[in-house]
Amino acid sequence: MQNAFGEPQNILVLGGTSDIGVAIARRLMAPSTKTVTLACRRPETAGLAVASLTRPGVVAEAVEFEATDESNHVGFVRALVDRTGDLDVVILAFGQLGDQERLENDPASAADLVRVNFASAASIALAVAAQMRKQGHGRLVVLSSVAGERVRKANFVYGSTKAGLDGFAQGLGDSLEGTGAGVLIVRPGFVHSSMTAGLEAAPFATTPDVVADAVASGLRTGRRIVWAPGILRWIFMILRHVPAPLWRRLPLG
Amino acid sequence: MAPDYRRISLSGWGRTSPSVSLLAEVPVEGLAEHLKDSSDRGVVVRGLGRSYGDAAQNAGGRVLTIADRAAEAVIDDVRGTVTVGAGVSLDELMRLIVPRGYFVPVTPGTRYVTVGGAIASDIHGKNHHVEGSFGNHVERMAILTASGEVVEVSPREHPDLFWATIGGMGLTGVVLDATFRLLRVETSRCTVDTIRCRDLDELITEMSTGDENSRYSVSWVDLLATGRKFGRSVLWRGDHARRSDLDPKSASDPLQYAPRHLLTVPPVVPGPGLVNAATSRIFNELWFRKEPDRQTGQIKSIPAFFHPLDSVGAWNRLYGRSGFVQYQFVVPFGHEDVFRRIIERIVASRLASPLVVLKRFGASNEAPLSFPMPGWTLTVDMPAAAHEIAALSHSLDELVLSVGGRHYLAKDAHTSADVIRAGYPRLAEWRTTRDKWDPNGVFASDLARRLELVG
Repeated sequence: MQNAFGEPQNILVLGGTSDIGVAIARRLMAPSTKTVTLACRRPETAGLAVASLTRPGVVAEAVEFEATDESNHVGFVRALVDRTGDLDVVILAFGQLGDQERLENDPASAADLVRVNFASAASIALAVAAQMRKQGHGRLVVLSSVAGERVRKANFVYGSTKAGLDGFAQGLGDSLEGTGAGVLIVRPGFVHSSMTAGLEAAPFATTPDVVADAVASGLRTGRRIVWAPGILRWIFMILRHVPAPLWRRLPLG
Repeated sequence: MAPDYRRISLSGWGRTSPSVSLLAEVPVEGLAEHLKDSSDRGVVVRGLGRSYGDAAQNAGGRVLTIADRAAEAVIDDVRGTVTVGAGVSLDELMRLIVPRGYFVPVTPGTRYVTVGGAIASDIHGKNHHVEGSFGNHVERMAILTASGEVVEVSPREHPDLFWATIGGMGLTGVVLDATFRLLRVETSRCTVDTIRCRDLDELITEMSTGDENSRYSVSWVDLLATGRKFGRSVLWRGDHARRSDLDPKSASDPLQYAPRHLLTVPPVVPGPGLVNAATSRIFNELWFRKEPDRQTGQIKSIPAFFHPLDSVGAWNRLYGRSGFVQYQFVVPFGHEDVFRRIIERIVASRLASPLVVLKRFGASNEAPLSFPMPGWTLTVDMPAAAHEIAALSHSLDELVLSVGGRHYLAKDAHTSADVIRAGYPRLAEWRTTRDKWDPNGVFASDLARRLELVG
């Protein structure tokens, strides 16, 4: 259960090696937290992340989770609930950025990326939502991106998956109204992380910890969407309406 | 059977951590069937929803309310006791008994609690320092246990279940009815003495030396005042008025009792609420100044003395959408320094609302999960959405535990299993009793899951 401050007993990060996902989990940990589970394809690579979440009285561990094995998603959720109890906060953080130029030249790899970022994410989100509906509480935090708010040419494969996931999460959140469960959509801008290492930062670049703060405050106050940094909400309110010829020329990284 | 359950979002009086349960109102006779019916997420009985946290909700499981009638209460004039259904509220009960010259043995700051809730929370009131908590006055109960069997309990019959149910937060069984001792009163008024204290030390000294001579004693502290005004407070002491205390007009109808509702807060309070440091400061200043320095023998009605907030309906809405937490703890006597440090931290946070109660507790009773212990208890409301509130609360928790204090389960919305385990050394004993009477975990609640009280 979450307490009055939104502090969870059990935290699950899907995409357990995601810098942002782990930062959110770390930020949400409280005296009442009992378990933090990092679900990732290769648990053996999550050692550092697990170490960063280890506290006295908290079971922090990495477990194997294959996002593209959708037929196993319901079973994965059930097994986890049997072991740790209710899903209080689940952070859906897996996803690939991809190299736009390479994706454009290799349509099959573009399809793979779309699959992971959107189809697999939708599948596990539904499995989590079904469990939360049954337990009558729980919050699913979905990592969207401003890249999906208005998709731009520089990363339109990635951006379109986030646009799709964002829309999916909005609809899922609405469908959960009245069930006690809810969805928090997070729209970060450019975040300095291992996923973006080596890329040129976009304006208003931020850090995983800033995203984590935004999520924590969004959960506490019952928000449906948070932006990180918050100013991007107002910037995209304008950018959304910029005429296409100008939009194409904007230096947005 | 196919009961008419509604899927509904429930929260406590603080309106924090809502969750969705299946809710049904059932007649007492149907209860056993409904217990059998409970899913793997269990069932809990809800009274009037006045506990502040998540005690009377059961996410994904079932919540039952019981239809009980006050008119069926049986008063034994020889022994001075009443036997009443657990779903009857203290409000309904008082309307019945006060005109007959009785008062409830213990009342909290609101009349809108049920007898079942009073037992499950082992509520306390302004008379704790001399008369103990509600459970001290209960003679017997009929409890519907998880197996569907009705068990008679008292301090002699199944004392383990009796004491585990007092303060047991509804997790040991359903209290069907209870018999408890009433207080005989000559009038429906109280005589009240008021003492204004300039600071915390003055208040502590005053309460430590003068409380024993009064049946009722409680104080209010301005938790926004700093510097020389730190801890400025108002102490009220009182007792039930005798007929001879009343003026001739009142004395002609000494037991007249008709509590009134003045207004109800509409459900449209703006998002952040109306309670903040600015409005609270103004309120505190006026509240402190309106009291005389020292006044004795003032006559007040029962609602004015015991339940001033009940005249405003749904006052919890004043805190806005995100709700509030009511932080209540007790620290044992001898640790006034830590008590003071806790109050200093609250004052420094500027998060306290005007609703503050400071009380000196007397002896504990035998119930393993009963909250009161000899010491100082402070109750303060704070907005749940405030950024610093989690850090503040957790730091206060540590101070409370460091001197052997604890938190009140009926108010709790934020602590953890570890904090409760440390504060209630007899939790394991309570659990043994609970597991004996409910081996399959039929009774469950969000509070029980959050604090790992069961399972």
